[in-house]
Amino acid sequence: MDDVRPRVREFLARYIRGWEVADDEDIFAAGHVNSLFIMQLVLFVENELGREVRDEDLVLANFSSVDAIAALVAGRPEAVGG
Amino acid sequence: MTADPRTSTPPTPDGAADPRTYASHAPVGADDGLTEAQRTVRAEFAAFADEHLVPHADRWDRDEHLPREVVDQVAKAGHLGAAVPARYGGTGLDAVALGLLHGETGRACSSVRSLLTVHSMVAHALVRWGSADQRRHWLPRLADGTALGAFAVTEPDAGSDLGSVATSARADDRGGGYVLTGCKHWITFGQYADVFLVLARLDAGGHAAFLVERDRPGLDVEPMTGALGTRASMLARVHLNGCRVPADHLVGRPGFGLSAVVATALELGRYSVAWGCAGLAEACLRACLAHADRRHQFGGRLRGHQLVQRMLADMATGATAARLLCLRAGRLREAGDPASVHATWMAKYFASTAASRAAGDAVQIHGARGVGPDAPVQRYLRDARVMEIIEGSTQLQQIVLADAAYQLFPPETERTNG
Repeated sequence: MDDVRPRVREFLARYIRGWEVADDEDIFAAGHVNSLFIMQLVLFVENELGREVRDEDLVLANFSSVDAIAALVAGRPEAVGG
Repeated sequence: MTADPRTSTPPTPDGAADPRTYASHAPVGADDGLTEAQRTVRAEFAAFADEHLVPHADRWDRDEHLPREVVDQVAKAGHLGAAVPARYGGTGLDAVALGLLHGETGRACSSVRSLLTVHSMVAHALVRWGSADQRRHWLPRLADGTALGAFAVTEPDAGSDLGSVATSARADDRGGGYVLTGCKHWITFGQYADVFLVLARLDAGGHAAFLVERDRPGLDVEPMTGALGTRASMLARVHLNGCRVPADHLVGRPGFGLSAVVATALELGRYSVAWGCAGLAEACLRACLAHADRRHQFGGRLRGHQLVQRMLADMATGATAARLLCLRAGRLREAGDPASVHATWMAKYFASTAASRAAGDAVQIHGARGVGPDAPVQRYLRDARVMEIIEGSTQLQQIVLADAAYQLFPPETERTNG
């Protein structure tokens, strides 16, 4: 499967202009995102990366970094909700 | 159809009947870019609104009551199932068609539009984040109106700042579910709802959303009256007094009640209100076009007075621009584009403020008639004020959109002269 990291980085750069994020950096802990961001991120993962986000995927660890999002799309989520 | 000031045929200067009517056709250009199917349903929604809602909306507003039969009529028309996919028994309208429904309904009656709004918000949140069992159980009932949904989030001390809700969800040591305690108020259609989507704060931290049936012990509904606008929206205070809900009533994952479940519902709510406001602005314009054409002052029709013309021009431009922003948001929503989030905020911000301006001018153009109890425009004015508060106040929209502008438009790079 293609590495989706460059597209995730591009998306983050578009929404958080001027911020270059490291692949393992926690994007929520860095405090750059607002409450609408989860919605935009879920739409991005579904629409542009083609990975449906299901109820059980809703764990912050799956969206917290470029690496985590890439793992989710590759079918190896960091965490699965119980 | 009952005679109504907005739908009756305006007289010409010589008193002969004018063939034009104001409520039986779409504005020129309103169908631009719509598919054939969208044009067809828009005409159906408009016809339903003109026949079943427009003639009665003022009475419902005065009575602060929407008869149950009207809800049944709306359900029978399939409008309650508009946000429910066809596989669950809904009509599964695309995003633009859903907006057209809410726009035509909002043109006629903001209270009925608010019924569609909150009911669709609950359905949409379940479609998006509900468990398979929740979808299987609730969506067919929400689709045909067997169950009405309401959105129970606002509290006496938590409005725009929803993160501060005080309603608590404590883990139930008697069976593994949750115990909900708190008070929700200004709950639209709370008086009729069969199921509430409730936002609560978890003892363990974070927020969670729950489905709570009306007949669950510990849930009490208290009607609220006297609101400024959308007075027939059957408002209620919902008391949760140690209300026990099973664990499978949790929607989405614990901790994502606000950022995912409620946010998803509110996105649809904002989209619905935006369209409703576009419809409301159009209603103001149509009422004023009719009145300014009929009314003579200083030896001529009002429509010939330049200061009135300025208001008519602003209203027509505002209604058109609101509709275009709503259409743009709808197309982005349909495409699942992340840009739909800000597009919806922008549509709601513009449409609600345009509706407020249009309603203020509409009362002004109608003069003393505009403030009387029988004038639809005074209802429009009161309803429009509410629109600037619900689903994100105007001030919150401004904060969000100013921030979004830095994402949407690259700032100009600094230039040096010389």
